[in-house]
Amino acid sequence: MFDLLQYNFIQNALVAAVLASIACGIIGVYVVVKKIVFISGGIAHASFGGIGLGYYLGVNPMLGVLPFSLISALVMGTVSKKSKIPEDSAIGILWSLGMALGIIFVYLTPGYAPDLMTYLFGNILTVPRFDLYFMLVLDIVIIGAVYLFYKEFLALCFDEEFTTVQGLPTEKLYLFLLCIIALTIVVLIKVVGIILVIALLTIPASLSRKFTYNLKQMMLISIAFGTVISVTGIGLSYALDVPSGATIILVLSFVYGLVAFGMEMLENRRSSGDLKES
Amino acid sequence: MEKVIELKDIWVRYGNQIILEAINLELKEPHGLLGIIGPNGGGKTTFLKLLLGLLKPYRGSVRLFGRPPEKSRELVGYVPQYRGFDFDFPISVWEVVLTGRISHTGFLRKYREEDRKAAEEALKTVEMFQYRDRQIGQLSGGQRQRVLIARALATNPKLLLLDEPNSGLDPHMQDELYRLLDRLKHEMAIIMVTHDLSAVSVYVDKIACLNRTLHYHNSREIPIEDLEATYQCPVELIAHGIPHRVLSSHEGNR
Repeated sequence: MFDLLQYNFIQNALVAAVLASIACGIIGVYVVVKKIVFISGGIAHASFGGIGLGYYLGVNPMLGVLPFSLISALVMGTVSKKSKIPEDSAIGILWSLGMALGIIFVYLTPGYAPDLMTYLFGNILTVPRFDLYFMLVLDIVIIGAVYLFYKEFLALCFDEEFTTVQGLPTEKLYLFLLCIIALTIVVLIKVVGIILVIALLTIPASLSRKFTYNLKQMMLISIAFGTVISVTGIGLSYALDVPSGATIILVLSFVYGLVAFGMEMLENRRSSGDLKES
Repeated sequence: MEKVIELKDIWVRYGNQIILEAINLELKEPHGLLGIIGPNGGGKTTFLKLLLGLLKPYRGSVRLFGRPPEKSRELVGYVPQYRGFDFDFPISVWEVVLTGRISHTGFLRKYREEDRKAAEEALKTVEMFQYRDRQIGQLSGGQRQRVLIARALATNPKLLLLDEPNSGLDPHMQDELYRLLDRLKHEMAIIMVTHDLSAVSVYVDKIACLNRTLHYHNSREIPIEDLEATYQCPVELIAHGIPHRVLSSHEGNR
């Protein structure tokens, strides 16, 4: 197994797994505690338009998806808050609009769209070196933003109305948080693909929530979970020769199910023990 | 001296529906507790949002301390309705109360020593300092309510607004809450809205009734006509079982 580490593509995959786990570990916590899983999924899917645009313009699709996901985040955040349409309907519309644009762009691109499947479903074993640097820069931006805005994001997520009353520009802050989520999605695309991104944003954070009531600790624990589980997933997918993105998600779901079930059993045993004592 | 609140001919509507109509209110004294009662759906929460600058009237003017509400936010403490909170949120009592300092601290800065002092003082006022490291979900209902009050107090408000602070509390906790407000009302003006008539107890200095319109006579007694107009049905429950007579005497009623 250790000879595997000599391969360049395996090294790249491991670096990508760590970079992705850092981004999703930190930002996933906000997605989970602020309960914005659905809008985050919407931003991720709508970003497919950016991948199509990248192909159409003949540039690296990762460069197309960056501006497109940021615009999706801003439009979705604004429309869902300001318009009269219910928030979930607005998200549903923009979600499919972005994907439809992507399909049209890919169709209009002359010739064959190489690697299209890797953007949809991820393939961490084929991450090129350039994409790693790109992910690293985005990780630094994400960490910096969370470091600077930690107390504002905490206040916003806990009680948006009170934070507004305190005089903070909560609408802008919320849009900023969505933009950081969009950057995180871009980091995660190569690992699990647009369709499965939402799993990395929710499962590690939901897992860590079971172990602590402190937001910073939650972030660290979910980074740890994300790293260990995605590396395990890479190993399994290599050994069994199955797609890496889907394997990582399966391992994540399995661990989540195991932990949730185990904790429930413990709780039940403890409460029945309490009954016996009394 | 600036008036605490000055509302002139306020009209608020949502879509085509008028929520508040021709509301006038003047509150001059910088201390004391004003209770606003009214039925559910009578516009109580809308009224508070108006004072907080979260929504604008389509007619009329709102002034707090002589300024529009958006400009007087550092003088106003707000205790929102206790329901609707995610008490499973990973945040400690201490962190919750510190968010009451967020506008004082400023953007991109860490909380300072004076912010921590203010948070500590606020927690001691509500007698919750020893619980500061607890996650908020691990407190009782009355304790959570106190933490939300401490968060509002941390801003050092001159006007404290409470939205149904007694809901979900058992009678003992309610009594503690009122005694706390009774202490606080010597330092600031307090407005408490509630649909619960029995909450209007000894501790309230003045009462207003709100159901689209506001009946307010700058006193702690309400004429029974106002009460009936507010609730749109005969009301006779208050005169009994409460240590203070809220209703003014009414001919033929006794």
